[in-house]
Amino acid sequence: MTNLIDIKNVRHAYKTASGPLPVLDGLTLSVPEGGFVAVVGPSGCGKSTLTKLVAGLMKPDEGEVWLHGERVKSPRSTVGMAFQNPVMLEWRSILKNVMLPLEIVPTKLTKSQQEDRARYLLDLVGLKGFEDKRPSELSGGMRQRASLCRALVHQPDVLILDEPFGALDAFTREDLWQIMHQVKAKEPFTGVLITHDLRESIYLADQVVVLSGRPARTQFTLDIPETGPRDIDMLYTPEAADMLHTLRHQIEIAQGRAPAEDTAA
Amino acid sequence: MIKLRQIAVPTIAMITFLALWEALVWINGWPNYKMASPSDLVPAFTRYWELFLIMGWQTLWRTVVGLLIAIVFGTMVGMIMGFSRTMRDALYPLLVGFNAVPKATVVPIVALMFVGAHDFNTVLIAFMISFFPIAVSVSIGLSTLEPEYRDILRSLGASQTTIFWKIALPKTLPEFFGALKVAVTLAFIGTNLMEIVSPHGRGLGALFDSGKTNSDYPLMFAVLIALAFLGIVLYYVVVALEKIFAGWAERPAG
Repeated sequence: MTNLIDIKNVRHAYKTASGPLPVLDGLTLSVPEGGFVAVVGPSGCGKSTLTKLVAGLMKPDEGEVWLHGERVKSPRSTVGMAFQNPVMLEWRSILKNVMLPLEIVPTKLTKSQQEDRARYLLDLVGLKGFEDKRPSELSGGMRQRASLCRALVHQPDVLILDEPFGALDAFTREDLWQIMHQVKAKEPFTGVLITHDLRESIYLADQVVVLSGRPARTQFTLDIPETGPRDIDMLYTPEAADMLHTLRHQIEIAQGRAPAEDTAA
Repeated sequence: MIKLRQIAVPTIAMITFLALWEALVWINGWPNYKMASPSDLVPAFTRYWELFLIMGWQTLWRTVVGLLIAIVFGTMVGMIMGFSRTMRDALYPLLVGFNAVPKATVVPIVALMFVGAHDFNTVLIAFMISFFPIAVSVSIGLSTLEPEYRDILRSLGASQTTIFWKIALPKTLPEFFGALKVAVTLAFIGTNLMEIVSPHGRGLGALFDSGKTNSDYPLMFAVLIALAFLGIVLYYVVVALEKIFAGWAERPAG
C-alpha cells in the first residue's frame, strides 16, 4: 500500500523575539490512502504546525512533506481543511459557503452540478433544509457540520481536521463523531485529525499518533484494530479502556509527568 | 403596523422637540437674538427659500464629493495598513498626528494656499476631516481578520487578490459603514468650516455668515436647521446603503 501522506523527518522552528522556538523535531508520519490518523499530544506541541505543513501553508526548515508522491512546496487544491473555529462567510447562505472552494479550485462541474454536490453533502451531514439559512442562524455544531461539507466539496484527496470538535459540548461532539463515520462511508477520504480528545481519537481514527512535548517528534503509535462499522458503544468496551489507558500514559510521558522507561511502541 | 411605527415615532419625537423649544423661548421671553424659536424660523425659510435651495445644494454636493474622495483614499490607506504591519507602524502615528490637528486651523492655511479655488478648498477640507475614521476602520477590519479565513482560501491556492475580494472586503463592510456614518457628519463640519471662514459667499455656511453680519438671527438658526436636515438625509442614505451591502451583519431581533 502506498502512502498518500508522507512526512519525513521534519524539523521546524518559529522565529521569535527571544530566538528560534523549535516546534517540530524529527517528526515522521505516514498515512496510507484511505487511512485516518489522529494526532494527539500536549498543548502547544506543534500539532497545528503539522496541519499547516501538510496543507502547504508553511515550509518546514528541514525534512520533506510528500502528498501523492509529490513534494509539497505550496498550497494545493487537493486538500480540504476544517478548523476548531468553523469560520463561515456571514454574508453568504450556508449553501454558498459550502460551494466556496469550487470558486477557487479548477473544477469540471457545471454550476448546477456544483450546487447538487453541495446539497448532497449538506444532506449527508443532516443539514437538509438549512441550505438558504445564514451562518448566524446555525448552532455551533451545525456550523461545524457545514464547515465539514465545505472541506469536502471539491473532493480533496486529503482532509485535514484541526480540532474540529474541540469547542462543542460533549453530546454534540458524539453526534458529529457518528456523522464523520457516515461521511467517510459515502465519501472516502484520507484524513489527519488533530485532537485533544483521546476517546475521539480511538473512535474515529485507525491509527493514533502521540507527539512528544515541544519540540515534537513521533513518540508513540497505536493501531486501532479494524472491527467493522464502529458504534459509539465501542468506547465502553474493555479494549477501548485499555487503549485509552495506554494513550493516557503516553500523554503523561509527553508532558514530562511520567518517566519514559517504556516508550517502546 | 411596523411601517407606521417607524414613521410615527420619530415624527412625534420631532414635534415634541420643536414644541419644547418653542415653549422654552416663550416662557423665558427671550428675544430672537438670544434664541430664535421655531415660529421665527418659518418666515426666515419662506423669505430666503431660493437662497436655501441654492446654498444647500452647494453645501451638499461639496460635502458628498469630499466624502467620496475620503472613501476612496481612506479605503486605500486602510488597505495598505491592514495588510502590511510595517506600513501600519509607519503610517499610524502620521495619521493620528494629522487627525489631531484641529481642522479649523487648517482652513485659513488651505484658503491661502489655493486662493480663489473655493470649491476645491471646501472639498479638500471635507475630505481631510472625514477620511481618518474610514482609514482606521478599514485597517482594523482587515488586520483583525481571523487567520482561519485566510487559511481556508490559501490552502486551496487562492491569491491575495481573491482573498481580498471574497473575504476581506465583505468582512470589513460593517466596520466601514460604521465609520462612514461618523464621516458623513464630519464632512459637513469640514464643508461648513470652510464656507464660514473663507469669504466667498457660497454654501449654507456663507448664508449663516451673512445672517450674522446682518443681525438676522432667525436666519442663522434656520441655517442650523437646514444643515441638520441635510445631515439627516445623508446619514440615512448611508444607512440604506448599509442595509443593502452589509445587512447580513444585522442579527435578527430576539
